[in-house]
Amino acid sequence: MLSNKEDEWLYTISAKRKLIDFNFKEIWRYRDLLFLFVKRDIVTLYKQTILGPLWYLIQPLFTSIIFTLIFNNLGQIQTGSVPPFLFNLAGITAWNYFRDCLNNTSSTFTKNQNIFGKVYFPRVILPMSITISNLLKFGIQFLIFIGFFVYYSVIGFELSINSNIILFPIYIVIMAMLGLGLGMIFSSLTTKYRDLTVLLTFAVQLLMYVSAVPYPMSEAKAKFPPLVARIVEYNPLTQIMEGFRYMLLDIGEFNLARFLYTFCISLFIFLLGLVIFNRTEKTFIDTV
Amino acid sequence: MSDVILKVEHISKQYRLGLVGTGTLSHDLKRWLYKIRGKDDPYLKVGDTNDRSKTAESDYVWAIKDINFEVKRGEVLGIIGKNGAGKSTLLKILSRVTSPTTGQIKTKGRIASLLEVGTGFHPELTGKENIYLNGAILGMTKTEIKAKEQEIVEFSGCQRYIDTPVKRYSSGMRVRLAFAVAAFLEPDILVVDEVLAVGDAEFQKKAVGKMQDISRGDGRTVLFVSHNMAAVKSLCTRAIVLEHGKVAYNGSTQDAVSFYLSDGNREIIDNLLERKDRKGIGDFLFKGISILNEANEKHLNLLSGELYRFRIEFSTKKTIIDAKIRARFIDSKGQIRFLLNNYFIDTVTLNLEKTDKGIVEYTIEKLPLPNGNYTIQLTCFSENGLEDDLENTVDFNLIGGDFFNSGREQFSKEGVLVEHKFKVLK
Repeated sequence: MLSNKEDEWLYTISAKRKLIDFNFKEIWRYRDLLFLFVKRDIVTLYKQTILGPLWYLIQPLFTSIIFTLIFNNLGQIQTGSVPPFLFNLAGITAWNYFRDCLNNTSSTFTKNQNIFGKVYFPRVILPMSITISNLLKFGIQFLIFIGFFVYYSVIGFELSINSNIILFPIYIVIMAMLGLGLGMIFSSLTTKYRDLTVLLTFAVQLLMYVSAVPYPMSEAKAKFPPLVARIVEYNPLTQIMEGFRYMLLDIGEFNLARFLYTFCISLFIFLLGLVIFNRTEKTFIDTV
Repeated sequence: MSDVILKVEHISKQYRLGLVGTGTLSHDLKRWLYKIRGKDDPYLKVGDTNDRSKTAESDYVWAIKDINFEVKRGEVLGIIGKNGAGKSTLLKILSRVTSPTTGQIKTKGRIASLLEVGTGFHPELTGKENIYLNGAILGMTKTEIKAKEQEIVEFSGCQRYIDTPVKRYSSGMRVRLAFAVAAFLEPDILVVDEVLAVGDAEFQKKAVGKMQDISRGDGRTVLFVSHNMAAVKSLCTRAIVLEHGKVAYNGSTQDAVSFYLSDGNREIIDNLLERKDRKGIGDFLFKGISILNEANEKHLNLLSGELYRFRIEFSTKKTIIDAKIRARFIDSKGQIRFLLNNYFIDTVTLNLEKTDKGIVEYTIEKLPLPNGNYTIQLTCFSENGLEDDLENTVDFNLIGGDFFNSGREQFSKEGVLVEHKFKVLK
């Protein structure tokens, strides 16, 4: 029981809101919900399918095969000493994580309006759970990458990871922040104006091609018009892809300034997303 | 007890009418421009009061406006009002689903809502998995749910299917399971909206019982929204009536219920003389009819089992010999549920003098009608035959009540309610 003192209110519901009022205590209290949402997402995704979680593997494998055929065999993109298939697989695994975080979180409000319309819980739990369940999916896909890495080493390719591998968790965090941040911004904006949902699906498609997923930055610099090359270069996602391949396959180069630039941009987008999300969650149910 | 657990101060909520389109963008831009210049929202000043039946004059409407009340710890507050009076909006704000346009709510306890049961059930998960998920959505922790899992399963009565995906459940079973989870929530303040209207008879009984336990036994603070006056009367210690988004009455449950029931129906039906669709000789004409309760207040929303007087006004052009005034109670399907006739109960014939202001009155001590919409057909016969006959003289509703004094909700919609006794002989 709480004490009987006057004016000792547990919380206040009011119209005024602060720029960021993030109640970490409350989110901690709902940690079980976060866990259960993650579990729900994973358990139910491939229920009533025969291949089940194998679908996690099929999609990146086939995409890598197609990319290898088109970009490397047909398009003559050079990947140095690294087998093109492995090169593409590394890019796609990383890209998939970002893309899934973005796509899934961007529909948070519209997809969950029936829950949000009835019960209160910290709304941010949902995008957080999406990021975590996608991390598991990423983990599984990363395992295939390791499998193929080992396979190619055994059959005689000279592959080596880079000491930068210690940055691996940071890259994951950067991708999560970027996907989650953009996703939260989109989900907030789509509550009132649905135009962005239409935009998002194909924008993500196009974004992949300016993020150096199926080609290395060096090729972009050499073959793209200078303006496009610059766009690709300053795209934080390009830096993530390049950095990812650098530490795993030891190709390309690492630049600390670029790395910090990417980190700061991601952090900024993540915080911006949080603020916008926070402002929207209070009243979105009236406009959705 | 002066321990106020919840304080609602000047809560208002404005909604935009109509569709979201390009026009909304210009309003949004204007609003944003005012905001960066540090001015108030220009649209806060406009807005009609919440009256669903009137044509809107403005694009904005105040769903609720300037609501103030306090709830003390352990109170069960009933919130009653017609459709669209703002009850659900108020509950949505209380349960933090949406935030108010102005005003604030202060609380000393955690609020959990039962706005609609079964929120967040995932069809692919089993009953047990859904208990955990739904419990967590409603704010329970895993350990809390684990401690109560057995009770929840038992209460729902779905033991056999607990490891089956919920999509295989019948809708009734789904509701049972959902209510069971919600019933075992333990917040400081529980907000309940019409959950009692679910499930079959057996389960409703269980649900009402559980609600009573929650409010009486555990001394929990409950805000209860319902159209079921019998349930409000039996559960609540105090009630407020919302009308057009404002608090119209705040006080004891009994008074609030009668305030609500008499609302909007204070006028008497007295225009029957203007009706052209009548049959008969016409020496006797019905003028009006009104329904009064025990306290002689006029009502059109009635409770079964209560005393009502049906006061009938008439005029006669000459003396009517052997008058038989019949009132047929007809339901919405056109079926006659029962009829009243002075000829049945009087031992002498009734003769009516020539008059302009005649009044007769039937009294039913325990109105035996179940919930529904009814109308009364009035007919008068004399020694000359049919004098006057009018269908649909007055429409009224039965909206609850406790005919059998059992505290249970009525389930019957058919026929009439008859007093009876029951005994197990062997």
